[in-house]
Amino acid sequence: MAQGTLNFIFIGITFAVYITIAFRSRAASTKEYYIAGGGVSPFANGMATAADWMSAATFISMAGTVAITGYDASRFLMGWTGGFVLLTVLMVPYLRKFNKATVPDFVGDRYYSKVARGVAVVCAIFICMTYIMGQMRGVGVVFSQLFGIGIPAGVLMGAAIVLVYAGMGGMKGITYTQVAQYTVMAFSYTIPAIFIAMAMTGNVIPQLGLIGNYNLNGEVVPFLEKLNNINLELGFQEYTSGKMSTINMFCITAALMCGTAGLPHVIVRFFTVKDVKAVRKSACWTITFIAVIYLTAPTIGAFARVNLIENLHSTPYAEAPEWFSSFEKTGQMAWVDKNGDGAIQYFGPGKSNSNSNSVFIGSGPAYPGDDAPDSQRIGPQGQRLLANEADLSNPNELYFGNDIMVMANPYMAGLPMWVIALLMAGCIAAALSTAAGLLLVLSTSISHDLMKKIIKPDLSDREEVNYARFASFIGLAVAAYFGINPPSAFIAKTVAFAFGLAASSFFPTLLMGIFSKRVNREGGIAGMFCGIVFTSGYIIYFQFLGGKAEHLFFGITPEGIGFVGMFINFAVTFIVSAFTPRPPTDVQEMVENIHIPTGANETKQNDFEI
Amino acid sequence: MEIDHPRAHRSACLKITLGLLAIWFVVSFVGGILLRDLLDANLPSIGSAPFGFWIAQQGSIICFVLILIAYAVLMNRLDKQHGYREDK
Repeated sequence: MAQGTLNFIFIGITFAVYITIAFRSRAASTKEYYIAGGGVSPFANGMATAADWMSAATFISMAGTVAITGYDASRFLMGWTGGFVLLTVLMVPYLRKFNKATVPDFVGDRYYSKVARGVAVVCAIFICMTYIMGQMRGVGVVFSQLFGIGIPAGVLMGAAIVLVYAGMGGMKGITYTQVAQYTVMAFSYTIPAIFIAMAMTGNVIPQLGLIGNYNLNGEVVPFLEKLNNINLELGFQEYTSGKMSTINMFCITAALMCGTAGLPHVIVRFFTVKDVKAVRKSACWTITFIAVIYLTAPTIGAFARVNLIENLHSTPYAEAPEWFSSFEKTGQMAWVDKNGDGAIQYFGPGKSNSNSNSVFIGSGPAYPGDDAPDSQRIGPQGQRLLANEADLSNPNELYFGNDIMVMANPYMAGLPMWVIALLMAGCIAAALSTAAGLLLVLSTSISHDLMKKIIKPDLSDREEVNYARFASFIGLAVAAYFGINPPSAFIAKTVAFAFGLAASSFFPTLLMGIFSKRVNREGGIAGMFCGIVFTSGYIIYFQFLGGKAEHLFFGITPEGIGFVGMFINFAVTFIVSAFTPRPPTDVQEMVENIHIPTGANETKQNDFEI
Repeated sequence: MEIDHPRAHRSACLKITLGLLAIWFVVSFVGGILLRDLLDANLPSIGSAPFGFWIAQQGSIICFVLILIAYAVLMNRLDKQHGYREDK
């Protein structure tokens, strides 16, 4: 059976499962639409949260980032898991007790202000939009590879599927689909890792293989020592030591952690369980399921790096493995024969005086059009030629994207075809689950917080849900547009934005709202405002307006500045609150009340059939 | 059961929270980042991985799981001691 057919079967089956689940558990009332009726089991919610949390980018690119930067990539590993500790012990049990459907709802009520609610809505929309664009692009790319259709058609197909079950099923439909999607993701991520660990280290458990011995071709050395030696030999920094400054590493990790704890689409997932006790239990499951993937990512990265170098470095192109040319076709890998010897060479920045190892000039590979003569498209060895000029300042000839470490991994290890098909299904599951979760937050922020609470208070519940469905349609249309025409440089940079914004606005504002009775409307708004202005100003200046690296504040890059913005928010809120009147008594009582762990369902929400 | 002394419950809860956050901070930031080089040099390797490197890429994540399990167990016990339980 051909690989294409097998991919098709695997994805067909998983889709049939998702759509069946979505149809059977579609929302029948407003409460089911917003919070899945509030009775999801902690175990199921844990899986759903893990699927929601792991985006296509995490799934496909994170292992590649670890492979390329070694120790430095630990900031993502720790940042995106450690955030759940903050989230669980400081936020979600209290917000669950508060018992409302959205995050801006809490901000609006706690700071008794429409302005505060409005700012929260804008932040929520911005964070979700940033993320969802990348997901739609990811779905489009995988679909186009699978079915041989263009990326635009792939994006539209993905958008249609998400619209069906997020728009129709609401939170309830999304939750149970995400459970199925997590299962697909977990298997498709760990199975290749297990195979490769067995082949390279003789250990069935990849995490033990990573710290064990490398024993391929009769050679037995500690695996990480082998990797360090390869790296040093080729002119890279030692794998286990980083080159990033400690303060920058600290700030980025902290910003990612605090950002995670302030992301609205993760917080609302915990509103779907029964009570505060269930929230705690659910958080345990969530971190366990996330850890399965995050503990595997560094092993895949390390194994794939050794495999890639052993397979390709100093190999004549004519003898390179078959998969290399198929990734050349998709533009994920490229080879520029700088020295004309017909062999692939892979070197790090240490091998040249320019301290770079870029293969060509420009940020990504570009190719001549199909109408160009063959001599411009196909090189003497049969390789695909680039339109970019070669960067002759260094000897490195091999280009590959971050996603290659996961996507090419099964090929490199010579795994059976069904593993590759499973991996494809996993990528799509990762993108769809995250897109659906974000879309729901986006649409409820607009319908519930913007329309109902700010613009048109007399909205009936049925109308509110219709607004939400309409908003998901518009949101998806915008996301699909950007998925088809990606502002590519922009998307990569806006990730810093999403986390920076969450860390400097939602996280401190929610935290103070929960733990202090004294912070008031004036302080809350001023704090959010200063935190956001400082963080976004810094990011815009250094990412988009060409700010120089030597002007960075203590050498902190834009990814980590949300951590500083967070302290500004804290400071401003406390100072302004100290000089303005206390919040009204009913708000103070509310704060007292959210610390009592029982009675999370006493303040009944209106629930209407839709 | 009668619901009493919310203040005592709250301060005990705060102690648990801060205690676990201290562990969280020491493992991830101190162990994985600030004192990593010191740990690499002075503590025994985990398998063939330098101690600090292993903490940053594997150990910290395992600790996060344990911290959250501890949180759930401790908080549920605290709620019970103070008589907070959902009525069936």
